[in-house]
Amino acid sequence: MNINGRRLLNLVTSEQAVAVALIVPSVIAVGVFVYGFIGWSAVVSVSRWDNVRPDYAYVGLDNFRDLFNNFRFQIDIRNTVVFTTFFVAACLGIGFVLAALLDRRVRGEGLFRSIFLLPMAVSFIVTGVVWRWLLAPRAGVNILPEKVGLPAGAYGWYTDPNVLYVHADSRLGDALHTIGLGFLADPNYGIPLAMISVVIAATWQASGFVMVMYLAGLRAIPDELRDAARVDGASEMQILRHVSLPLLRPVTLSAMIILGHQSLKIFDLVMSMSRRGPGFATDVPALFMFETTFQGNHFSHGAAISILMLLAVSLLVIPYLFWSLRREARL
Amino acid sequence: MSLRLRWLLLSTALLATLALGAACGDDNEAKPGALSGKLEIFSWWTTGGEAAGLQKLFDIYGTTCSKDVNVVNSTVAGGGGAAARQVLTTRMLGNDPPGSFQVHMGHELTDTWVTQNYMEPLDTLFKDEGWSSIFPKGVIDIVSYDGKPYSVPVNIHRANVLWYNKAVFTSNNLQPPKTLAEFFTVADALKAKGITPLALGDVEAFASVQLMETTLMGKLGAEGYKGLWTGATDWKSQQVTDALTTYKKMLDYVNSDHSSLTWDQANDLVISGKAAMTIMGDWLEGDMKAKKFTNFGWLPAPGTAGMYDALSDTFGLPKKAPNRDAVMCWLKVVGSKAGQEAFNPLKGSICARTDCDPKLFDEYLQSAMTDWKKDTIVPSLAHGAAAKQGWLTEISDAVTAFVANKDAATLQSRLATSCKTAGVCK
Repeated sequence: MNINGRRLLNLVTSEQAVAVALIVPSVIAVGVFVYGFIGWSAVVSVSRWDNVRPDYAYVGLDNFRDLFNNFRFQIDIRNTVVFTTFFVAACLGIGFVLAALLDRRVRGEGLFRSIFLLPMAVSFIVTGVVWRWLLAPRAGVNILPEKVGLPAGAYGWYTDPNVLYVHADSRLGDALHTIGLGFLADPNYGIPLAMISVVIAATWQASGFVMVMYLAGLRAIPDELRDAARVDGASEMQILRHVSLPLLRPVTLSAMIILGHQSLKIFDLVMSMSRRGPGFATDVPALFMFETTFQGNHFSHGAAISILMLLAVSLLVIPYLFWSLRREARL
Repeated sequence: MSLRLRWLLLSTALLATLALGAACGDDNEAKPGALSGKLEIFSWWTTGGEAAGLQKLFDIYGTTCSKDVNVVNSTVAGGGGAAARQVLTTRMLGNDPPGSFQVHMGHELTDTWVTQNYMEPLDTLFKDEGWSSIFPKGVIDIVSYDGKPYSVPVNIHRANVLWYNKAVFTSNNLQPPKTLAEFFTVADALKAKGITPLALGDVEAFASVQLMETTLMGKLGAEGYKGLWTGATDWKSQQVTDALTTYKKMLDYVNSDHSSLTWDQANDLVISGKAAMTIMGDWLEGDMKAKKFTNFGWLPAPGTAGMYDALSDTFGLPKKAPNRDAVMCWLKVVGSKAGQEAFNPLKGSICARTDCDPKLFDEYLQSAMTDWKKDTIVPSLAHGAAAKQGWLTEISDAVTAFVANKDAATLQSRLATSCKTAGVCK
């Protein structure tokens, strides 16, 4: 080996070896503790393991079939869709409005920014406990009117068992039936009112974060663009609507992904606030997974729920990852 | 550099601890016979009287077994033990069983741990201590599998008790109801006066399941109710339909915010007089005492006189339990007269043994001891005695849905299906 070759080898050993040595432990740890256990859950989800003693006998997709026939899981799917829709929409709306207001360079902007962002520093467990008390029917906001001499509120908040849905015998139900969508006239395609309380708590926590994302996005828009629009005679609202919003599309998408994957996996907030709720009005798949696994000893069903949750999150995150990787490649 | 130093220190400390631990372990094996080392007792007794009672048992262990054993009180908080069971399952499956653990007698123990071969039989212990004649036969049957007992019951709680605020009844000239028919008459009168007849707090689903179970008992009788868990009573029968319709009617008389309250918060409604009655197990008496409320009375839940809806906390011996000899001595303490007489007055339950001195117990518990001797023992569903945990979770899911939608026919068909899934009904 000549001197050059040895120098090359030295380079390899010193720099690359260090790099490899630094990466290997985390690759192994992630490989075992993340992907290894995902794989193991997948194996359990197609097994017959139905009591504490592990039983890996293969049963195909039986567990998944059981789940989709399980009334509680059907309710959970409805709840997740309702929660995700309202939560993401409310956070985006409120976050954007707050950011647009702060972007006017108001006095004390730093203070307001901190106030709106502060809930983000609180854990979902704490948020859940606080809002459980605030929205408790016999306490909290319901008795506020009493303080000024009005009758106390009687709204049930997260204890309200009602579900808003199209009744089959209503006119709308008839209309749905005639166009072949009669199945939609069912509580499983409704909005559980109790869920709205959970959405309020979650939105309180997450909208400040969305505000910061939008604010950063707004600040990144060059002033020249807005000035040009002003020269063309656009009003401030029109600038916001036709200049800022389109340029903020990547921010909106990122926020949707982050909020969406949070809401699909939500557990701690619901657990500390309302749990399953009246008639499962605030039940979510993660809660069902926890209870069926550790209280019912239905381990294979629990694993199947976790795999379905993983798939749901992947459907959201993977296209986003591809999209952002492609964007990075373009830049 | 400082980081590396810290690592070094940390790992040295860790090694030293391990070496020390190993040294202690060697020490144990050096002196057979004398008990020493560590004994871990796993339970969900964390508050008030139950924690005090557990401490008494530890004290007795110190005097009768050994002072050298380091008793480790490992608890996971949460009434009914739902959270504790999750931790226990993880530990048992991870081959790290505690010395002994609290578990409800019946299917919660049998179907989860005994049939799955995680427990050791205790027939020798029962024979040596002469317990076969001291515990009632009904209890020994429930803790046994294949003819051998697998756990030692320390107490008995009763689930079918109606608790009421005496002042509410006297000021409205009403008599507390003994039958279901009387219950509805009284409930209507109370409702007309703006008082919630029946307080319920079912944040934890067991409360509404327990209310259903007492209603099933009231309608089907002891034998009919017991038959539900063996397949002898048909879940689709007209009797069950009647019972569920009655249950549905009862739910018309509960507080509207029941899904946000715990059972003890529901009891606050009774104490304050906003509600007149609540149906809850006799651990509620401890809650009354803790809240310094004395003007309460009790009766068997409507229609269930003569039946003792029993649940019991028991301790067993896991296979591979560390420090087995120390655990065996613990089980002796748990089953002993001294142990049970010290524990139960504090816990607010009666002895599983039949020879405890009634003078040590308060008025309610004395009345319960009298009933315990003459009533028919029936196993509690909500507390793991009647059905295995998988079946119980399916029933409580069906009940949770029912409490909101009040659809008795769907509830009945779901209950019938769950019996089939559990492998009890054909």
